[in-house]
Amino acid sequence: MDLEPTDEQRMIVETVRRFVRDEIVPLEADLDPDASALVPEDHERLVEKVRSMGFYGLDIPVAYGGPDIDIVTRTLMAIEMSQHRAGLYTPCYGVFGGAGLAQLFEANDEQKDRYLYPTLRGEKKGFFGLTEPSGGSDPARAIETSAVKDGDDWVLNGAKIFISGADMADYGIVFARTDPSRGRDGITCFIVDTDMPGFHVRRVVHTLRSTSYATELQFEDLRVPSKNVLGEVNRGFAIANDRLSRQRIPYAAGCIGVAQKAQEMTIAYSKQRETFGEVLANRQSIQWMIVDNEIDLRTSRWLTLAAADKAERGEPFRTEAAMAKLVATEASGRVVDRAIQVHGGYGVTKDLPLERWYRELRIRRIGEGPSEVQRLIMARDLIGGAFH
Amino acid sequence: MRLRLDKPWTPLTDETVKRIPGQLGVYELADESGRVLYVGMAGGRSLFGLRGEIGQHAGGTATQFRYEVNMQYLTRHQELLMLHVADTGELPELNRTNPPARLGRIG
Repeated sequence: MDLEPTDEQRMIVETVRRFVRDEIVPLEADLDPDASALVPEDHERLVEKVRSMGFYGLDIPVAYGGPDIDIVTRTLMAIEMSQHRAGLYTPCYGVFGGAGLAQLFEANDEQKDRYLYPTLRGEKKGFFGLTEPSGGSDPARAIETSAVKDGDDWVLNGAKIFISGADMADYGIVFARTDPSRGRDGITCFIVDTDMPGFHVRRVVHTLRSTSYATELQFEDLRVPSKNVLGEVNRGFAIANDRLSRQRIPYAAGCIGVAQKAQEMTIAYSKQRETFGEVLANRQSIQWMIVDNEIDLRTSRWLTLAAADKAERGEPFRTEAAMAKLVATEASGRVVDRAIQVHGGYGVTKDLPLERWYRELRIRRIGEGPSEVQRLIMARDLIGGAFH
Repeated sequence: MRLRLDKPWTPLTDETVKRIPGQLGVYELADESGRVLYVGMAGGRSLFGLRGEIGQHAGGTATQFRYEVNMQYLTRHQELLMLHVADTGELPELNRTNPPARLGRIG
């Protein structure tokens, strides 16, 4: 297995690196340090620039007008795209676009006309509604939102929490229990329009990630027509699970990018900052922190690229993706923590991006499945038995 | 945390502004009747935080203020604007000249 980038990948990485340095970072000087959006004019200008570079849409299949860049290259790009203040959760402020709710590529033609194509054209926005107040780590068992057939409709009742973007969305992909007796085989995926009577955004949920909130949703006798079932009735868990596995690789890559930038800042600062007549870089305690950072970074990078490589080759990659997610999220947290330590008081100010990354990286150990669930996934694969 | 800022109003004068903390957070300005005219925030680039931001409005159309120290100033600011729209159907009067690029719905 050769995980060294090809010449083409090196060129793409260098292009994205320049884009972040020349186009994104200068704009952040005028934004609030917690901002997660550019002013609309800058956003549109940069989207056009990315289109002209041939990168817009990243993972959108060619048949749908995207470049369908392979997952290894996308992983390398994601590591670069996150190397700015807002980069962990809004790499390059979204100007590279992407497939977003990839489940819609599996929709039927009528659903694609109503939801997928308008989304790809930027006319509609969607949200992903899986987690409930009863839990998010074990959706097969935790989903309590019910969907009961009534004529040609399904009637949904229940609640969702930690849902991003639902208050601004036109529709959402919502998972509900259609057969309470069948566990994971009793869940169905629905496409829900947010203007349907019975759809409520009950509140904003504030988190450590101060730049962007989640929402809590409530469904009260929400009638969804049968034509809005995505996939097959009682087969919704497979749709959710596929998304969770695939999402772990770019999730890990974003963490690595932020940690890489923190490491570069740390090395540069250690060569400038003097204490007791010596630059920090000459202190063994600082050198060891920098070395520990590098070990964390390289471990994360290789595991994440290995997972991407296996996914690209069409081989099972669930364990590799879980390992990459677990290691990258935990290691990048340690890297940024050490970077703050080296920067001293400045490290915890809003003058530098380190404090924002520190807060946001803490969430990464929970989002897309906490570390403990990643270990559970790997244990299932390694030991071979299901933990039911 | 309560959804709406329902603290008592304080008269907006040079003296009361001096007692506002320099921390990050959100604030509301109102006229004499208590009608909310503006929902603002003191973010990471605000000089002197809430004190600096609210102080800029002294002598203007607003006569009262109330605030909340909050590190989640961005999302709290959006939440207060969303609640105001949900309650009244429109943005506060002084927010309409520079409306947010995107605002969610709540209710």
